[in-house]
Amino acid sequence: MFKKNVPVLILLSGILLLSACTDSDNAKGNSESTNGKTEIKITWRGLGEQDNVRRYLEGFEADFESKNEDIDIVLSPITASEGDYFSKVALTMQSEETAPDIVSEDTFMLSADANAGYLIALDEYVDSWNEWDNYIENIKFGTTGEDESIYGIPTTTDSRGIWYNKEVFEAAGLPIDWEPKSWNDIYTAAETIKEANPDVVPFAMNVAKANGEAVSMQTFEMLLYGTDETLYDSESKKWNVNGQGITDALVFVDEIMNQRDLGPSLSIALNANYGSVMTQELLPTGGVGMVLDGNWNIGNYAEGGAYPIENIEETLGFVPFPTKDGEEPGFVTMAGGWSWAIPEKSQNHDAAWKVIQAMSTEESQTERAIIEGTLTVRNDSAESSDYTEKPLIEPATKALENAHFRPKNDLYPNVSIEIQNAVEAVASGAMSPEEAAASYKAKVTDIVGEENVY
Amino acid sequence: MEVTPNASSKKKMSDNTKSSIFLSPALILLLIFFLTPMLLTIVFSFTNLALTGSQAQNIKFVGFDNFIQMFNDAQLYNSIGKTLLFVLFSAILGQCLLGFLIAFLMKGKNAAFRRAIGITVIAAWVTPEIVVGFSWVAFLGDNGTLNSIITALSGIEPIAFLFEYPMVSVVLANIWRGTAFSMMAFQAALDDIPLEVEEAAVMDGASRWRIVRNITIPIVKGTITTNLMLVTLQTLGVFTLIYAMTGGGPGNATMTLPVYMYQQAFVSYQLGYGTAISLVILIIGALFSLLYMRFLKVKV
Repeated sequence: MFKKNVPVLILLSGILLLSACTDSDNAKGNSESTNGKTEIKITWRGLGEQDNVRRYLEGFEADFESKNEDIDIVLSPITASEGDYFSKVALTMQSEETAPDIVSEDTFMLSADANAGYLIALDEYVDSWNEWDNYIENIKFGTTGEDESIYGIPTTTDSRGIWYNKEVFEAAGLPIDWEPKSWNDIYTAAETIKEANPDVVPFAMNVAKANGEAVSMQTFEMLLYGTDETLYDSESKKWNVNGQGITDALVFVDEIMNQRDLGPSLSIALNANYGSVMTQELLPTGGVGMVLDGNWNIGNYAEGGAYPIENIEETLGFVPFPTKDGEEPGFVTMAGGWSWAIPEKSQNHDAAWKVIQAMSTEESQTERAIIEGTLTVRNDSAESSDYTEKPLIEPATKALENAHFRPKNDLYPNVSIEIQNAVEAVASGAMSPEEAAASYKAKVTDIVGEENVY
Repeated sequence: MEVTPNASSKKKMSDNTKSSIFLSPALILLLIFFLTPMLLTIVFSFTNLALTGSQAQNIKFVGFDNFIQMFNDAQLYNSIGKTLLFVLFSAILGQCLLGFLIAFLMKGKNAAFRRAIGITVIAAWVTPEIVVGFSWVAFLGDNGTLNSIITALSGIEPIAFLFEYPMVSVVLANIWRGTAFSMMAFQAALDDIPLEVEEAAVMDGASRWRIVRNITIPIVKGTITTNLMLVTLQTLGVFTLIYAMTGGGPGNATMTLPVYMYQQAFVSYQLGYGTAISLVILIIGALFSLLYMRFLKVKV
């Protein structure tokens, strides 16, 4: 009796095991929800309670669903640190069961994810879409892959500069319409603040690996591109590893954090919460004098943001970041931005495109830029009065005049990790700027190959 | 296995068949959830598998490239060093020694005392690793409990323990969390030592230290080896605690192999290289186990 059943038993236990492995709720084909609507899952990097994108999307969802009864939008943010977000998105896009229908992609990851086959090319859709002409031309460059196909529809762009607290400046006897012309001007202002009030952090910037891409873009590249050097030569397709600018940029970090002791304590600087502590707590309350960060922080101080301030411009200023010794053109910014893309493994490409189109209208784009505090990517939105009347839009847009974009190369994310290692090593005092630059050279050469560096 | 009269009446199955039937689900489970991932890990460590970029689409066997890269990777050596340091201080010297000491001191004490101490120590052990991590971050932080006490007592500036003494901090946290396991293992072993043996030694005038060295330790030697091995292997794989407390930093000060593996696989997107590093962890674990078995000459 038993013997006969041995194979059956083994088979049964196998089946039981296998069925336990399948998450029946998420099984393929379930994208049609029970009421016959097509579910479109939108994924972006969630920020928890103070999530400006969520505020925008909730408004959009209600409006879109009332007009389109056949589509049910499901908001599915991934709340993670900046670095983890990209890994998690890449993992979800590997399977039909987990892939979102629309994904928010940082433009620097877009070409790597496109090369990985995670995203579909949108050329066909865009060809028959007359709104595409209203997009700012050089922004389109950011969402074009290495193969010249379009992989994302831009949503926002941004610029970087120095946020400063005017009350702190006033108390220290500094001009409230401050305009630094060189890195030395920053040291001088920071030292003045330190003398006036030792409890105020004079100058802060992203230095912790935990803050991922923010370290590369908001700190290192802002410095490097102000020394007449770039990270990558797009013509020869080679990476800069020998430039004096790399050491100079790291020297700035060293001067602020160690030599002159003008930065925050390491417990704040190396914390994964650095960004929110600095921009949502210390900057608006005068706990820090200057913060090198993105213009989008304006969203924090607007109504409904994390720390609403009335008459923002009386308390806070935003100035473009100067070049090292005031070299032409005087100031510099990195520009990035986000975009909507459609994962290959999504089951509803057409419906997803329909939703993206609706999110990309002039009104919707203007609204997002206003809620999120980012810069718009559409020419017509840029002219709308709701947008131009926003505080500090003017200096942020001005900074964008000298904008640089990150290298369009699918090894950039890997090189970026090495930048973060170098900056944190210098900031924490583990390496001198020269040692960190040498280590950066070795690591980057390993990553891209000896024939691809200069 | 005892055979009941009923079953033995008609067709008597051999014990072998029976045990294979009852073992088969466990075996299948092992095959699917243990052996397959392990084999896959070995396979992937010979590829250039990446999470994104063109490599994610075109996986290629790259032979020993990952391992050659490792030989030239200064950070890997650094990580091996950090890992050994972490294991030596937090597992071997910390958990095992402290666990033994607590168990030894509790032996023969009254039940209420034993229970109170036992529950306190075990509370740390049942707390999820991530919670332990955050508790220690809160405890050691600038405005944390420890700094508040230090400042109140001595008036000196708060010390940024996690940044100035990162390795010490994670080692302490891991000792705090893991000691209970060793304590329980040793408690059970020590309770099994017949009282007469020790009494006889006392009668012969042996000192306390002599008794411990010549009687207690030899009797519990088996437990010591097993415990050392378990605790070492457990500590080799500690990721959550370190990641939550320091993220491997500052710089690379606490970048142990598991954290480095995670960083390579999910931050630098090099899954192939990450899995190759995981094999290094496996090898180190195997070496430790061999060492223990050889030096303590115990059959496990």
